[in-house]
Amino acid sequence: MTDTRRTVRLTVNGEDVEQEVPVRLLLSDFLRATLGLTGTHVGCEHGVCGCCTVLLDGEPVRSCLLFAVQTAGHEIKTVEGLAPSGGPLHPLQSAFREEHALQCGFCTPGFLMTLVPFMQDHPDPTDTEIREALSGNLCRCTGYQNIVAAVRRAAQTTQQPEEAAP
Amino acid sequence: MTTRWFGQPVRRNEDERFLTGHGNYVDDINPPGSLHAAVLRSPLAHARITRIDVEAARTLPGVVAVWTWQELGDVWRPSPMVVPNDALTHPRTQYPLARDTVNYVGEAVAFVVAQDRSIAEDACDLIEVDYEPLPAVIDLEEAVAEGTPLVHEDVPGNVAAVLTQQVGDVERAFAEADHVFEERLYLERSAGQPMETRAIVAQWDDIERVLTMWDTTQAPLSIRNGLAVLLGLPENAVRVVAPDVGGGFGTKIMMFYPEEVLVPLAALRLHRPIKWAEDRREHLIASNHERGQVHYASIAVRSDGTILGVKDVFLHDAGAYTPYGIVVPIVTSTQLPGPYRLPNYFSESRTVYTNRVPVTPYRGAGRPHGCFVMERLVDLVAGELGMDRAEVRFKNFIQPDEFPWDVGLTFQDGAPTRYDSGNYPEGLRQALDAIDYQGFRQMQEGLRKQGRYVGLGMASYVEGTGIGPYEGAHVRVDGTARRVVVATCVGTQGQGHQTSFAQIVADELGVRPDQVEITTGDSRSMNWGSGTYASRSAVVTGNAVGSASRAVRDKAAALASELFEANPDDIEFEDERVFVKGSPEFGLPIWDIAVVANPIRYAYGTQAEQAIRLLKTREGPPLPEGTDPGLEARKYFSPPQATFASGNHAAIVEVDPETGTVSILKYVAVHDCGRVINPMIVEGQVHGGVAQGIGGSFYERLVYDREGQPLSTTFLDYLIPTAMEVPEIECRHVETPSPLNPLGIKGAGEAGVIPVPALMAQALDDALGPFNVRVREMPLNPGEIRALVRDGL
Repeated sequence: MTDTRRTVRLTVNGEDVEQEVPVRLLLSDFLRATLGLTGTHVGCEHGVCGCCTVLLDGEPVRSCLLFAVQTAGHEIKTVEGLAPSGGPLHPLQSAFREEHALQCGFCTPGFLMTLVPFMQDHPDPTDTEIREALSGNLCRCTGYQNIVAAVRRAAQTTQQPEEAAP
Repeated sequence: MTTRWFGQPVRRNEDERFLTGHGNYVDDINPPGSLHAAVLRSPLAHARITRIDVEAARTLPGVVAVWTWQELGDVWRPSPMVVPNDALTHPRTQYPLARDTVNYVGEAVAFVVAQDRSIAEDACDLIEVDYEPLPAVIDLEEAVAEGTPLVHEDVPGNVAAVLTQQVGDVERAFAEADHVFEERLYLERSAGQPMETRAIVAQWDDIERVLTMWDTTQAPLSIRNGLAVLLGLPENAVRVVAPDVGGGFGTKIMMFYPEEVLVPLAALRLHRPIKWAEDRREHLIASNHERGQVHYASIAVRSDGTILGVKDVFLHDAGAYTPYGIVVPIVTSTQLPGPYRLPNYFSESRTVYTNRVPVTPYRGAGRPHGCFVMERLVDLVAGELGMDRAEVRFKNFIQPDEFPWDVGLTFQDGAPTRYDSGNYPEGLRQALDAIDYQGFRQMQEGLRKQGRYVGLGMASYVEGTGIGPYEGAHVRVDGTARRVVVATCVGTQGQGHQTSFAQIVADELGVRPDQVEITTGDSRSMNWGSGTYASRSAVVTGNAVGSASRAVRDKAAALASELFEANPDDIEFEDERVFVKGSPEFGLPIWDIAVVANPIRYAYGTQAEQAIRLLKTREGPPLPEGTDPGLEARKYFSPPQATFASGNHAAIVEVDPETGTVSILKYVAVHDCGRVINPMIVEGQVHGGVAQGIGGSFYERLVYDREGQPLSTTFLDYLIPTAMEVPEIECRHVETPSPLNPLGIKGAGEAGVIPVPALMAQALDDALGPFNVRVREMPLNPGEIRALVRDGL
C-alpha cells in the first residue's frame, strides 16, 4: 500500500505538463484533482458510462480505465480544450445547445469527446451511424433523441453557418 | 403580462457552462487542505455485529480518523421519520453507523477520514468486523409468510404498515357485476441511477463561524434544517448548497443518507474540509431503490365493459427501513384509478421490511406500479369480453366536462385526490391517431405472414403534481449590473429551472431570459422552502417566481407613474424599458428605474441621474412608510392541493419470439401538463422519462440472490438503455390549464416514465398473441420473453 511515484510528462489541451504522480493514480483523477480539469466527469469508474471520455492522441478513451503514468509522452484533449476560453463554441457544442441535447450536463463532456473524432470520420452520418457512435455513452436525462438531432445539426452547420434561435 | 417568452422553446441559460466543462458539481469542489472520506459497508444482508477492531486502520499512515457508532456521541441517532402516517405502526429509520445489527448489504458500519481517498479505502480494508449471520429476508411474498425470520426483531410479520382506502361499496359492485377478472402482477426493483453519484463536501469556516456543506441533495433547505438540529448549531450557522447536480430522479432526496451526517460532523470535529464521493458500486448497493411491489388485483365489470369496481391488495417492498414512511404505496393506491371512472374501489397495501436497500421515491414514485395494475386490468377486460381495448378505455374515461373530479381518496399530501382539469379522451385520440391505430391491424397481419411479430400498446395515466406545502422566490432588479437576480431554494438536477423560471420573470419585467440569473439550491439565498420532488418545482416555485416578479413590476410601475406623471395602469414593460403606454418617449430602462428606487441614490449613469431629478420632493421620510428600497420582492406560493397532469402513450414493438428481443418501432407520447412554459424542456423531460420506463420494462433490474447479496453492482449488470434501445419519441401536447395556480401549469418531470411498463406489457401481449402470451410482470429480459412464448404455446 505504500505509494510508488513516478514523474510523467505529457501534453494536455496543448500545454506541456510535468508532474510526479502515484503510479496507481487514474488518468481521470489526474485530470480532475491534480490538474483541476473538472470538466471530465466520473460516472462509473469501470469503463461503461463514458462520462470520463477524453482524447488520447485524437482517439476517444475512458480516462477511468487508464493510469496517468500510461499517458506519458502522449497528447490528451479534454472538454476544456474544445472551445478556447471566451472563444466561440465548437459546432458540436452549439448544436447540443440548439437541440437541447443536455439536461443535467454530467454526461455531456463524454458525449462531446466521443463525437469529435466521430464527426471527423463521418462528416455526413446517418442516424444509425450516429446511434451506434453514441451507444458507448450513457445519458440518464435525454433519452438520446436530442443528442442524435444535435449531431445531425452539427454535421449540417459545419458546412453552413446556422441561424440563431430564441 | 404579455407572454412573449412563456410557451417558447427558449434555449437554456445553463448550457454554456456544461458544454465547456465549467459546470460546478460537488465532486468538482476542492477546498484547499481537504481530507477524504470512505465508508465501510456491511458485506452481509442480515447479521449481528459481535466485534469491530479499527486499530490497524487507525495506525495506517495518512489516516486521520476512524469512527464506528461509538465515536458519534449525540449524533448517533436514527434519521427522522419525515412523513409520519397513522397507518405506519412500525416505522424504523437508520442510524448513521450500524451498532448491533446490519440489515442490508451496503449499510454503513464505519467511517474513515484520510489524506486521500485511496488511503481511506485502504484503511477500510484493515477494519476487522466479526459478523454472526442472521437469516436474510429477501423475497417480498416470503417476507410475509408464516414463520419467516424477522428483519427487525420487534416488527411482527415484517409488516411496517397496513393502509386501506375505500371508495363506494366494493363488495356490492363485485356481487352485482356481470364479470370479475383477477390477476397477480409484479414490478421488480429498479432505481434512479443518475450519472453523477452522490457526493458531499463540508467545510467549517472559523472566520464566519459557518458550516458549509455542498451536497448532491434535491432538498438543500430540508437538509440544512435537519442538520442544524442534529449538530446543535443555529440554522444560520449551517449553509447547505446543492450546486450543479448531475441528475436526481428522487434518489438524491433523503433525510439523511449517513454520509450527510458523517461528513459535516467530521468537518466540524477535525476543522478540515472533508470530501466524500460515492462510487457506482456504492450507489447501486447503498443508495435508495424503488419499484418492487406485488399486486393481487381484481376488476368487476358489466358485459358492455363498464367498470364497476376494483379491488387491489398489494405488498410494497420497503427494504430495511422506512425513512419516507408509506409515501410510495399511498401514491400507488391513490393514482391507480388513473383517468377512469371508478365508483367502487378498495385498496390495501402492506409495507413490508426486507433485508435490502431502503425504498424511497424514484421518478414516478409509485405511479408506474399503479398504472401497470390498472391498465393490465383494463386489458384483461377487453381481452375477456372480446372488446376493442381503445373502446373499453373511451367508455370508462372521466369526461372533459366532469372536472373537478373527486376520486374519493386521500393523496400523499393529505389533501383530497381531486382532479382539477384534463381531457383524457382527446389525449388518447391523438395518441391513436399518431400511431395509426386504424391501420395497424392490417400492418400486423401483413407482417405476420412474413413471420414478423409486431404489437401495439397504449396506456393512460393521471399524475398528481405540484404538491405543497409551499416554495418561495426573491426577485431583485440589479440596476448597475443590468441583471434580474432571482433566488429560489429548490435544487435543480437538469430540469432547466434557470431557464423556465427566467422566462416567467422576463415576461413580467420586459427583459430577456438570459438577463435573468436564477439561483437554485443555496440555503443562504432563501430561508424557507422544501425541495425538488413530486414534479412540483415548476408549479410551486414557478408561481412564486411569477408572483414576486409581478410585485416587482407593480413597484416599478408605481415609481414610473410618479416620474412620468402617468397612471400606473398605463405603464408598460418591453425591451428592457418602462414607459407610458402610447408615449414611449416617457420612459427609462428598467435598470435605471431600479437605481432610482433606492433613495440613497447613488445614481450611476446619466439617465439615472436625470431620472432622480424628475422625482418630486416629498413630505416625510425618503422611504415612505410601508415601502422598501429597490426593485425587489419576495413571495411564496402555497397550492391548496396537487394539480393533476395526465398523458396517453402508444407504441408499436417488434418481438423476435426465437431470441426474445424487442425493438420499438414507433413511440408516441401525448402529454398534458397544463400551460407549457418551455415545450423544448417539457419534451426533453418526457423523452428522458420514457427512456427510464423502457429501462424498467426490459433492462433495469436490481437482482439479489437468496442470501441478499446484490448481483447488480456494475453498469455491466444493471443495464441503462443506450441510444440503440431508446427510439425516437413523437411528443404531442394537450393543454388543459390548471385552475389551481395563476400560471395554469402542472408538473412534468416524472410523467414520461409512468405508463411505459403498462404499455410495453400490452404491446408484448399483442405481438405474441399467436403464442397466447400474457405479461404479468416487468421487467422482462429476452430469456423471460422466450419462456413466455414457450409456456404460452
